[in-house]
Amino acid sequence: MKVVIIGAGVVGASIARVLSQYEGLEIHLLEKNADAGLGVSKANTSILHPGHEDEPDKYPLRAKLCIKGNRLWYQWTKELGIPAKWPGELMIAVEEEDMKVAEHYLELAQRNGVPGVRLVDHDELLKLEPNANPNAAGALWAPTAGLLSATMAAPALVENAVENGVRFHPETEVTGIKIEKGEVKGVETNRGFIEADIVINAAGLYSDKISKMAGIDYFTVHPRKGEYFIFDDDAEPKVTKIVHQTPTPITKGVYVITELNGGLMIGPTAQDLPEDAKEDTSTTREGLEFVWEWAQKLIKELPPRSMVIRTFAGLRPEPPDGRWIIDAYDDPWGFINAAGIRSPGFTSAPAIAYYIVEELIQGKLEIKLTRKSHWNPYRRALFFKSLPPEKQNELIKKNPAYGRVVCMCRGITEGDILDVINRMKRMGVKTITLDGIKMRTWPMVMAGTCQGSYCRIRIANIIARETGTPLWKVTLKGKGTEYGIGDIKVLLKEGVKENAE
Amino acid sequence: MQNEYDVVVIGGGPAGLAAAIKSKELGLKVLLIENREFIGGIPIQCVHPGFGLHYFREDLTGTEFIYRLIEKFREMEIEHYTNAHVLEIIPHSYRHKILKVVTEKGLLNIMTKTVIYATGARERHIFEIGITGHRVAGIYTAGEAQTMMDIYGIMPGKEIVIVGSGDVGLIMARRFTLEGAHVKAVIELMPYPGGLTRNIVQCLEDFGIPLYLSHAVTRVEGRKRVEKVIITKVDENLRPIPGTEKELECDTVVLAAGLVPYLKVIEKAGVIIDPATKGPVVNSYLETSVPGIFVAGNALVINDLVDYVVEQGEEAAMGAYEFVKNEGLSTVKWKKLVKGRNIRLVVPHYVSEAKDVMIYARVAKPEENIKLRFPEIGKEMRLPFVKPSEMIRIKLRKRDIAKAEDKITMEVVPNE
Ligand SMILES: Cc1cc2nc3c(=O)[nH]c(=O)nc-3n(C[C@H](O)[C@H](O)[C@H](O)COP(=O)(O)OP(=O)(O)OC[C@H]3O[C@@H](n4cnc5c(N)ncnc54)[C@H](O)[C@@H]3O)c2cc1C
Ligand SMILES: Cc1cc2nc3c(=O)[nH]c(=O)nc-3n(C[C@H](O)[C@H](O)[C@H](O)COP(=O)(O)OP(=O)(O)OC[C@H]3O[C@@H](n4cnc5c(N)ncnc54)[C@H](O)[C@@H]3O)c2cc1C
Repeated sequence: MKVVIIGAGVVGASIARVLSQYEGLEIHLLEKNADAGLGVSKANTSILHPGHEDEPDKYPLRAKLCIKGNRLWYQWTKELGIPAKWPGELMIAVEEEDMKVAEHYLELAQRNGVPGVRLVDHDELLKLEPNANPNAAGALWAPTAGLLSATMAAPALVENAVENGVRFHPETEVTGIKIEKGEVKGVETNRGFIEADIVINAAGLYSDKISKMAGIDYFTVHPRKGEYFIFDDDAEPKVTKIVHQTPTPITKGVYVITELNGGLMIGPTAQDLPEDAKEDTSTTREGLEFVWEWAQKLIKELPPRSMVIRTFAGLRPEPPDGRWIIDAYDDPWGFINAAGIRSPGFTSAPAIAYYIVEELIQGKLEIKLTRKSHWNPYRRALFFKSLPPEKQNELIKKNPAYGRVVCMCRGITEGDILDVINRMKRMGVKTITLDGIKMRTWPMVMAGTCQGSYCRIRIANIIARETGTPLWKVTLKGKGTEYGIGDIKVLLKEGVKENAE
Repeated sequence: MQNEYDVVVIGGGPAGLAAAIKSKELGLKVLLIENREFIGGIPIQCVHPGFGLHYFREDLTGTEFIYRLIEKFREMEIEHYTNAHVLEIIPHSYRHKILKVVTEKGLLNIMTKTVIYATGARERHIFEIGITGHRVAGIYTAGEAQTMMDIYGIMPGKEIVIVGSGDVGLIMARRFTLEGAHVKAVIELMPYPGGLTRNIVQCLEDFGIPLYLSHAVTRVEGRKRVEKVIITKVDENLRPIPGTEKELECDTVVLAAGLVPYLKVIEKAGVIIDPATKGPVVNSYLETSVPGIFVAGNALVINDLVDYVVEQGEEAAMGAYEFVKNEGLSTVKWKKLVKGRNIRLVVPHYVSEAKDVMIYARVAKPEENIKLRFPEIGKEMRLPFVKPSEMIRIKLRKRDIAKAEDKITMEVVPNE
């Protein structure tokens, strides 16, 4: 049986990984970008939510799959070598009356079956998080919350899925879905037709467009922007816990976290954009000011503005009323939606994948699947910086490239970069991009104090050498994002040509 | 411990090379460590003249200048590692430090009596100067663009907007123009240009490149690559004035918005940083607050001229020599150099009557017809003008320093 999955974000990649555990499937994972995980899954808060923020009657899928996803990630991050930590989360009640809001979420935790959640008073809050706002009334404490290196997740999932037989097709954009007699037959792409018995739509912000291609057009997905600041790795104070506030009518909450790369991160905003603004990941002055103002209420002080090393924005794929569209249909048979997967979509992705495979494919569509006897759950990941000195020495002996530090801010070596390039090639990435390398290193290369002003050219050079591409043609994230425009004399040569004409 | 040195120089730019050469001349056992595959630092990529007027008494290009230093360094057969990176400096005892170094031969622990830290400066990037908008291709720091063009021979873009009118920005404007690019504008936040008048004339006016003073690039727009920038007028407090936004179409943004001493490694060793220079607090031997760790060049303070950088490298070497010879610098009474009226920064921070000292300072605002004054020691000099872009370099003599009690103020006052 042939399965096509559209979109290699965290949702599509998770589905590919789960499906790769079954026998007799030919699985094609299609992605329009040059790499997996360059869409929504690249820019978010990276929190593995405990699951006590969604009303079970209003959002039954979100409530159910979030808790399950949180548990699954505990195992998946270990199997896949994705950096993760589990610091727990404090929903801070800044004022006394906010404690009532916290109580509401305590009740939700009970109803959703989230373990360990309880209210803490002012004193315990400060014990749990000494850098919390010293005037806060108290907090709701949810110990199962985690953080992962979100940028690495989709690439790692796909790498593992490919090890287990999935075929990854980057730079392949789905332009149509072929349906005959109420059954899907395959997808049209810029690279030709791909046959399929089952087509799974995990196209994030564009999942409404894909659904429409299959004739299911009752919904649209609009972008909701979230903006952030990231501080330098050594900016103080930091937080040990995930910190946010009790939601208000104005905001569902700005978070303060110490992200896995080491720096403090604050955000996001939640700004609704028109349906056609699906590429507008620009930051705005207003949005950033909003984040700054709200984050200040959560911790005793923010690091100075001069320690900010990056600002960025991501877009949530918002379905109508915030309800995920995860379903299989009688007509067209074989088409499955995992559409409008907004927050907590990252957390829930593994559970969404199991839901689709178990309840929709095997349940609703009544397709019998058998598990493979051999399936490799592991991805061997290696980060020079986090190894003990003996291991580092061994690596350098084997490959002197590990002795060349290319990123001085974060101590990433040429060996790390080469390892990533090889992984990308093995998994089927056709264009090795600078962003692809950034997402797979840890801590992320070109993303520290200097933001790549020292090392981007060195890494571009390694890509050029390893792929036989002219240096200027190396791209940030695929076609149209080339590093340069030609050799140094390109404009003068053009000028001469124009003069001659 | 594989080895033990009198001095290890970290960074092989002009400051580091000068420090290593001087150390060897003074008879010290010296090792230089450079992260990149070649020594030379920034001047390697500077194909324009303006280097070495003081030091070699000749106007050289950066490449010519550094070639001379490298030749000398090679002739003296100074031990050095390239492609080697210092991860950590551990002050082991007052007399010794251990350096943890990653090299192609493995991890090394190197023992040394002193360290000269000469890692240069990093460039301020787009996120540090509050520019919002899209994070797309076509955005470079000036140094990165220069490396692309003059080391690797590739062209960054065609329609250029340069942020910052310091010498680096001005020189890059000319460099781009000479390769056939169209520099649409140089944008400067301050009401006056950041670079030398000579460079305004030779790099902008000669090519008809517009300079927008009191303007900021506030936003970058584009889908995949830069398509345009929004520039906005700023008020006296450097805040953007709403309603004054203007679009400039371009495909490339080059940031020449200032340099910051690159101190990753010594910050962790515990040196104290001066918020004005963003470099370490030093005494007149250029020793930091950690005994035996010296600093020179752009890692100490952002210099305009490579000649000063070299001078600081040599000064640090002499400090290291004193330290090695006496097992620590002699105890003297340090007198603080205090910033008075219109002085934004000054190094060194502490001086003593044990030696003459060269001081390097910058003013906060341009001013004409002034006196530079050191009231405690009764020293003053007239100058036709001072400006932030031109570093002031003056020697203070021992006998003058001796006149002060415990501080010496440096100030700019109108010349009545
Ligand atoms: C600001 C923000 C903060 C968030 N914070 C959190 C959080 O802390 N915790 C949490 O759990 N969740 C969070 N989320 C939600 C989470 O990021 C998303 O739910 C999740 O990443 C969605 O993944 P996806 O795979 O559906 O979408 P994507 O990652 O966008 O994947 C879809 C892929 O489909 C591809 N595609 C689109 N059209 C086509 C086509 N025609 N042909 C081929 N490929 C196509 C796209 O290129 C893309 O790669 C946050 C989201 C945002 C924006
Ligand atoms: C565009 C431009 C134009 C200029 N024009 C002029 C001019 O006309 N005239 C003039 O006099 N000056 C000019 N300068 C300034 C001059 O280049 C600098 O003042 C000088 O290079 C500073 O020298 P440095 O040794 O302090 O630092 P750098 O030259 O930056 O050298 C520092 C070295 O340290 C290495 N390093 C850093 N960290 C580590 C580590 N942890 N371990 C090992 N090695 C490390 C770096 O790789 C580098 O090689 C210009 C600079 C620029 C960018």
